Amino acid sequence: MTEQTSTLTTIEPEARPQIVELETVTVRFAGDSGDGIQLTGTLFTNVTALVGNDLGTFPDYPAEIRAPAGTLPGVSAYQICFSSQDVRTPGDQPDVLVAFNPAALKVHLPDLPEGGMILVNVDAFTEYNLKKAGYTSNPLEDGSLAKYRVYKIPMTTATLNALREIDLPAKDKERCKNFWALGLVYWLFDRPLEPTLRWIETRFRKNPAIAQANATALRAGYAYGDAAEMFTVHYRVRRAQIAPGVYRKITGNEALALGLIAASQLAGRPLFYASYPITPASDILHELAVHKNFGVRTFQAEDEIAAMCAAIGAAFAGYLGATGTSGPGMCLKSEAINLAVMVELPVVICDIQRAGPSTGMPTKTEQGDLLQALFGRNSESPVAVVAPATPADCFFMAIEAFRIAIKYMTPVILLSDGYLANGAEPWRLPSVEELPKIEIRFRTDPNGFFPYLRDPETLARPWAIPGTPGLEHRIGGLEKQHITGNVSYDPKNHELMVKLRAEKIARIADDIPPLEVFGEPEGKVLVVGWGSTYGAITSAVEHWQKKGASVSSIHLRYLNPFPHNLGEILHRFEKILVPELNLGQLALLLRGRYLVDAIPFSKVQGRPFKISEIIDRIGELL
Amino acid sequence: MTLEGNGQGVKLTKKDFVSDQEVRWCPGCGDYAILAQMQKVLPELGIPREKFVFVSGIGCSSRFPYYMNTYGFHGIHGRAPAIATGIKVCNPDLSVWVVTGDGDGLSIGGNHLLHVMRRNVDIKIVLFNNRIYGLTKGQYSPTSEFGKKTKSSPMGTVEAPVNPICLALAAEATFVARSVDRHTDHLAYVLERAARHKGVAFVEVFQNCNIFNDGAFEPFAGRPVKDDRMVVLEHGKPLIFGKNHDKGIRWNGTTLEVVTLGNGITESDLLVHDEKRPDPALAFLLARMDYPEYPVPVGVFRAVEKPTYDELVNAQIETAIAERGRGDLEKLLRSGDLWVIE
Repeated sequence: MTEQTSTLTTIEPEARPQIVELETVTVRFAGDSGDGIQLTGTLFTNVTALVGNDLGTFPDYPAEIRAPAGTLPGVSAYQICFSSQDVRTPGDQPDVLVAFNPAALKVHLPDLPEGGMILVNVDAFTEYNLKKAGYTSNPLEDGSLAKYRVYKIPMTTATLNALREIDLPAKDKERCKNFWALGLVYWLFDRPLEPTLRWIETRFRKNPAIAQANATALRAGYAYGDAAEMFTVHYRVRRAQIAPGVYRKITGNEALALGLIAASQLAGRPLFYASYPITPASDILHELAVHKNFGVRTFQAEDEIAAMCAAIGAAFAGYLGATGTSGPGMCLKSEAINLAVMVELPVVICDIQRAGPSTGMPTKTEQGDLLQALFGRNSESPVAVVAPATPADCFFMAIEAFRIAIKYMTPVILLSDGYLANGAEPWRLPSVEELPKIEIRFRTDPNGFFPYLRDPETLARPWAIPGTPGLEHRIGGLEKQHITGNVSYDPKNHELMVKLRAEKIARIADDIPPLEVFGEPEGKVLVVGWGSTYGAITSAVEHWQKKGASVSSIHLRYLNPFPHNLGEILHRFEKILVPELNLGQLALLLRGRYLVDAIPFSKVQGRPFKISEIIDRIGELL
Repeated sequence: MTLEGNGQGVKLTKKDFVSDQEVRWCPGCGDYAILAQMQKVLPELGIPREKFVFVSGIGCSSRFPYYMNTYGFHGIHGRAPAIATGIKVCNPDLSVWVVTGDGDGLSIGGNHLLHVMRRNVDIKIVLFNNRIYGLTKGQYSPTSEFGKKTKSSPMGTVEAPVNPICLALAAEATFVARSVDRHTDHLAYVLERAARHKGVAFVEVFQNCNIFNDGAFEPFAGRPVKDDRMVVLEHGKPLIFGKNHDKGIRWNGTTLEVVTLGNGITESDLLVHDEKRPDPALAFLLARMDYPEYPVPVGVFRAVEKPTYDELVNAQIETAIAERGRGDLEKLLRSGDLWVIE
């Protein structure tokens, strides 16, 4: 939120550092992938959530497990935006950059606004490291950082000094410097240490020396802030005014896993989740694997195809079959997804999209699989497609995906992405009673049973599971005769079946909520989004609305079928802007379906939109 | 695995397993014999019909489920083991069968076959091996002999064939057997053994494709020669073969050799078949015996007991519930650090 972004003003030195109130702050931690950056960011996020700020996060790490230390490709970063106001994104630019080495400074400096605060570990600015980062002179000394507020802090030395009494090898002590830095940032933003100290105690229970070292480093960093007289002020961000309730911090992948479990509980049938490890979807498998006491069976398959097929087998057997993957895995699954379309079994396929065709950029985000989800299979192969808008929304859309899959006996694709998957936000916990009901009616009566008899309302075929006496039947990928399900090559029958399968998916539109317009119901510019761009789009639209401009937005969480009122809304606006992290896939669909002049606004850099980018593009249309 | 009846105690017959679909294999195809033996064996098992599921891939053999009046799933090429795994893990009470061919199981589905066997999923796999691609009309298959001339190998294939039994033993499948379509009694015996095995059962059936590879097994499995050119493996018995029971297989210290009984060589010198050996190495040597150097073995190469995958997966669920209590969704949502906004 551009106008909310704070300016961390310097105040004249006084005896004790003053506390200055701020509304919104964005902090970015950056260092080597071995520096524990993601952990540092996550712990800072947890505390920030606990003190009641609204927040958004953006972890950004390299695909390599350990890229060579000190190099530009090895830089890992974690950004968090926290505020006393509504936060919808991790922030456009950092106000504070914590750089653990020269490479981190070099990679992230371009994002820092003039006057931004830089906390650097000066110990890491050795000739060797500077050279590795491609610096010909030391930026801390050559005046190139004049327009920023630079704090040169000997983090490594300070950490080692603080841990002098602890009996650990120097190398292990040095690794505690991220906790030292975290302590300093806690002081700077007036966060309590206790939750992190508790976390350290639990996490390193088996290694008391490491626990003690990390805790000491954290405290030492905090004390440094207080005592070093380096900072003239520190900052406080008040609790956000958000809806009352019980909150927890949640990432998209965690929410998705919990949503799948919730769907299984709501349906009263166990979950079977089959998956082949792939970034950024693997965390869903990890999360589900620990919840076996919910009856969750996880199957780490030999490949993506096996995962999809096993999920289909599970659905045939009456379980909630699900699989999760990312783009390249979706390609492999497509043949089996088509099988699920033909046998009309309920399976949920979660595609956590990432950047690029083929292996692309595994750890970077994109929305490039929309057309694949809709059309990436041979012949006419309609499937329902949904897309969560925020990390917490992954929970609800996972339940929704299963509700639709079971009611309509169809595979459903859920399109998340790397940004939602790893990003976190505070989540107001729903009570179980308010979650949608999922009703399962297994067919048990042999009288008049045919495997492809259809419910007159939903067109769903019966779910008849093996083990039920009298319902023995055969299903498969070959075209089948209407009702009986026998293999059929009859031309007219094939056409009928193609149309029935399409109509079944189309009817889901009767069963999903209509779109709500954010802003005036008609006007000059309508911004249309889907998936993870929700936060940036909404904030940008709000910016213009506050200025009195005629700008509204809608956000699609159902992409196939589209909500009934989409066409009508589109026609009430003069210009339609479609920001997407692809080359205009939704725009193509809107143009094709509704004959409107949808204007694509594309970004394909492996990064989410900044609010300011969308603000500027809307400005050009006004 | 407990396979309990529907309580009605109705004795099933072969007819109960015949579906109403017209069988559309070529007249004279070996598949008919396998279908007939399957339909003969299943009623003998005391398992109610609704508990059987036949899963297949693509190919002539994979039409099998349509002809069985049980639950059936005609899947996609090579993937039947994966579909069957999902079914079996979610319903261990079912008797799950995979019917596949040499192309389906060993070519496109080789990966899945390997993994379902090494996991010991309690499913039965019947691989119809006719050493040719039938449904796509006559290309060589992964089991076609080196140099085989077909439509796609007019100068002869330059690929070494895979031996399905060796592959199954390498994956340490807990039950590995072989039979021949025309040897109906033996086939019925092997299928029944497979059905009763707890764990993955892999059965290779030499199956004649009378259109594209007619007589492929005749040189050793043909009626007039089979006694001299095949050896039947029987647990606890010496490996004797020949019309006159005068030939046997002996371990000579480094390898297996064919010997003729007499001249000081007696039955006690012969290798005694032990299908229960935990180590599959000897079974592997047997599996490598091939005509004309050796007689071709049929029967059960290996039958050992190990915990099954589905059993272990479901036992972990039970353990987790016993240790942590049945999952409570409300509690799960409230796990982690919470804060309250008034």
